[in-house]
Amino acid sequence: MNAIKQLFGGNTRQFGMIFALVALVLFFQWQTGGVILTPDNVINLVNGYSYILILAIGMVLVIIAGHIDLSVGSVAAFVGIVVALTMQDWGLPWYMGIVVGLVLGAVIGAWQGFFVAYVGIPAFIVTLAGMLLFRGANQYFGKSLTIPVSADFQYIGAGYLKEIGPDTGYNNLTLLLGFIAVAALIWGELRSRRKAVALGADVKPLWVSITRLVILCAVVLYVTYLFATGRPGTSFPVPGIILGVLVLAYGFISARTTIGRHIYAVGGNRHAAALSGVKSKRTDFLVILNMSVLAGLAGMIFVARSNASGPSDGVGWELDAIAAVFIGGAAVTGGVGTVVGSMIGGLVMAVLNNGLQLMGVGSDMTQIIKGLVLLAAVVFDVYNKSQGKPSFIGHMMKRLGGRDNPDLAVAEPVKDAVRVES
Amino acid sequence: MPSANPIILQMRSITKEFPGVKALSDVSIAVRAGEIHSICGENGAGKSTLMKVLSGVYPFGSYGGEIVFQNEVCEFKDIRASENAGIAIIHQELALIPELSVMENIFLGNEPTRFGVINWAEARLRSVELMARVGLDEDPDTPVKEIGVGKQQLVEIAKALNKSVKLLILDEPTAALNESDSQHLLDLIRGLKGKGISCIMISHKLNEIEQVSDSITIIRDGKTIETLDVKADGVDEDRIIKGMVGRTLESRFPDHTPQIGEVFFEVRNWTVAHPQIADRLVCKNSSFNVRRGEIVGFAGLMGAGRTELARSLFGRSYGNYVSGQIIKDGKEITLRNVPEAIRHGLGYVTEDRKTLGLNLLDDIKTTTVAANLPAISKHTVVDLDKEYAVAEQYRRQLRTKTPSVDEGVAKLSGGNQQKVVLAKWMFTDPDLLILDEPTRGIDVGAKYEIYGIIQALASQGKGVIVISSELPELLGISDRIYTIFEGAITGVLNKDQASQESLMKRMTAVKKSA
Repeated sequence: MNAIKQLFGGNTRQFGMIFALVALVLFFQWQTGGVILTPDNVINLVNGYSYILILAIGMVLVIIAGHIDLSVGSVAAFVGIVVALTMQDWGLPWYMGIVVGLVLGAVIGAWQGFFVAYVGIPAFIVTLAGMLLFRGANQYFGKSLTIPVSADFQYIGAGYLKEIGPDTGYNNLTLLLGFIAVAALIWGELRSRRKAVALGADVKPLWVSITRLVILCAVVLYVTYLFATGRPGTSFPVPGIILGVLVLAYGFISARTTIGRHIYAVGGNRHAAALSGVKSKRTDFLVILNMSVLAGLAGMIFVARSNASGPSDGVGWELDAIAAVFIGGAAVTGGVGTVVGSMIGGLVMAVLNNGLQLMGVGSDMTQIIKGLVLLAAVVFDVYNKSQGKPSFIGHMMKRLGGRDNPDLAVAEPVKDAVRVES
Repeated sequence: MPSANPIILQMRSITKEFPGVKALSDVSIAVRAGEIHSICGENGAGKSTLMKVLSGVYPFGSYGGEIVFQNEVCEFKDIRASENAGIAIIHQELALIPELSVMENIFLGNEPTRFGVINWAEARLRSVELMARVGLDEDPDTPVKEIGVGKQQLVEIAKALNKSVKLLILDEPTAALNESDSQHLLDLIRGLKGKGISCIMISHKLNEIEQVSDSITIIRDGKTIETLDVKADGVDEDRIIKGMVGRTLESRFPDHTPQIGEVFFEVRNWTVAHPQIADRLVCKNSSFNVRRGEIVGFAGLMGAGRTELARSLFGRSYGNYVSGQIIKDGKEITLRNVPEAIRHGLGYVTEDRKTLGLNLLDDIKTTTVAANLPAISKHTVVDLDKEYAVAEQYRRQLRTKTPSVDEGVAKLSGGNQQKVVLAKWMFTDPDLLILDEPTRGIDVGAKYEIYGIIQALASQGKGVIVISSELPELLGISDRIYTIFEGAITGVLNKDQASQESLMKRMTAVKKSA
């Protein structure tokens, strides 16, 4: 037990969600006779869920800031149809199509952000309106038809890395990505050890570092192997690469930059943030704006993958994204959540969906199971908090240190109390 | 005589553990019928935890020890169970619904019904009677948000009386009240005592405790230290403090020789309107100045407009600016928002630490740097090593009691939280620091340290404004004291001229001293 603690730092519960994910994969591996971990299936998994995970990146920031965005599915659909139409009617090249999509996403985000941040309307209402508005706009401009997109454009949603270099029997670029990831892991571990020495903090025993690295690298290499050994012409898919870049970028922004700090501060205590000089309205505006840009991107990737934009693209995506974020440990009240946690939450949902499908479970049961999993994850989290134990989901990152105060968690009656200054 | 009365409540060897912390290790207390029993102890000593055990917030089974109330062993599983037994607790943060009327609040959760339908006629009659008993002169239909904090406190007591309470627990009842409201409340508690209702009171205001208590139990580090009989033992404030801190405090204020320079900050004819009601002025034509190295006190009753003045100066974070000038270092400056105020060297520590001052989800190090992120970041990327180093430096300098700066601020005691907030503002290196009730809810030992910090800031040549409801505190640390009454500055007294009486006169009788 102690060994596991040292291996993963802090409380073993912190990694409960990762273990749940691993357990889920192993369970389906057993139930489906090994189908879930075949190259074709993991490639499908990434292609089929990357756009939801991209939405979850934006959504976790929105939720940390204490808001919600219900419009993402409709915004994605609207951006998708406009991009498909402009490319078809004006003959825009694929890259200009992407620019049009991102700009349109930003404009929509500015519109919604304006009402949320500067007019002070709850995001729930503004984005509920946006959900109707942009769904209608999609169907109005697309005349409820399906608009195809060019093969060039399809690359961002269904593309693969090229086959280059010597014939190794693997996709060489995928191998390269895997090796870069392994190198980054080793470099990161070395760097943190060096830093700990420099700061005079406690240095983890060497065996902990090594064991951890071995486990992580083995996982990365195995996944690399899976992606590199698919059917000829396939590799780690392009949407997966886009997602990976976004996770790294947003993970960094949320944890390490001033704007990231401001988002947590505004969500944690808006008044305290404002009195510390945080421009809370601007923060709200940017978070909502960013969400719509990412929704636009997700819409384009989906359109590219399905070769065409249609009137019912993106229906229900907001719910998948929100579920991923909450399974990933974010708090409804704001101030808590991480990008990486949301990715794991999203992957749990994706693996569940995929695995049940492979087992031949119908969509009725799949929905019931997904609903129960969402509820169970949050119930377990809340229960842990109320017991004064650190929440295992919420504590996946050290950022959330302050949540496990026993007094705060148990003294519910006082929390609802009010003091009204006359 | 209370000392002859039978014992109504006995808590024996109460222990309560939280993961990693033993909040109560062995606390026993005995309360007699019809007495006012105060519980004293520094923050974190376990007073509130003990009261939560007693009132069933922590259910039976989650603590060790035994509770005997009215000769029956009690095993409360929730608050409702303790209320049914006749124990009511009034928390520091009032549990009232602001939108509901006084009457609705009194009967909330306990509505008189006939066949499941609320009998408002009876509720009205009974609420008028209850309001008369607590001396609350208001229309029962007035929404609670429209009456002052003092009266809200009375509504809480009326609510408790309605439940035929035998033992009333008051947690810091006067913390947010002004002098006259406090006095009224204390009189009321004494009146209830005459009617056979016992009362347990937790308060940091030792003068009040000394004034109303029959006996005092002192708790330190989760253990009962002693129980004092106020009259028989001749207890005074110093005696209580000695028990609380385990030693005699030589002085309540550190030594300080002010080195006062020239005027560097001046406010002229500052007028601000209420944020919602345009024709109601919360600051009227106020002018004052602060000199380098000076600690300037602001005295005024609750609601006199002290906080409103401070916050409107601090980047117009309260109210609507009407007119007035701010002159700093000889130049007029305009502070339209908080970032501008911070840039011009102002800092403001709020009176309401938990709702306005701290993000309770944050840890110490992120809080310490929160108001000055640019100083530890490069191209907006925060340097985590610098952050740690800065937080660690202030932790040592201010002697914040915490295992590490990675700890969450929610876990800290009030005094240590306040040190973290002070560190946050010290890190912005302000020229003028405005401290609004800097020692509210902080125990005696920590207060002394906070005063030391304030004096050290002044010695560095900074100007410090201290707003406080506690006149002894202002008299102890200020070099000069302004008085405020109904939004207007009514006078200024030097340290050597000021006394509680002379200040109080200017805080209440505006015409004589203006």
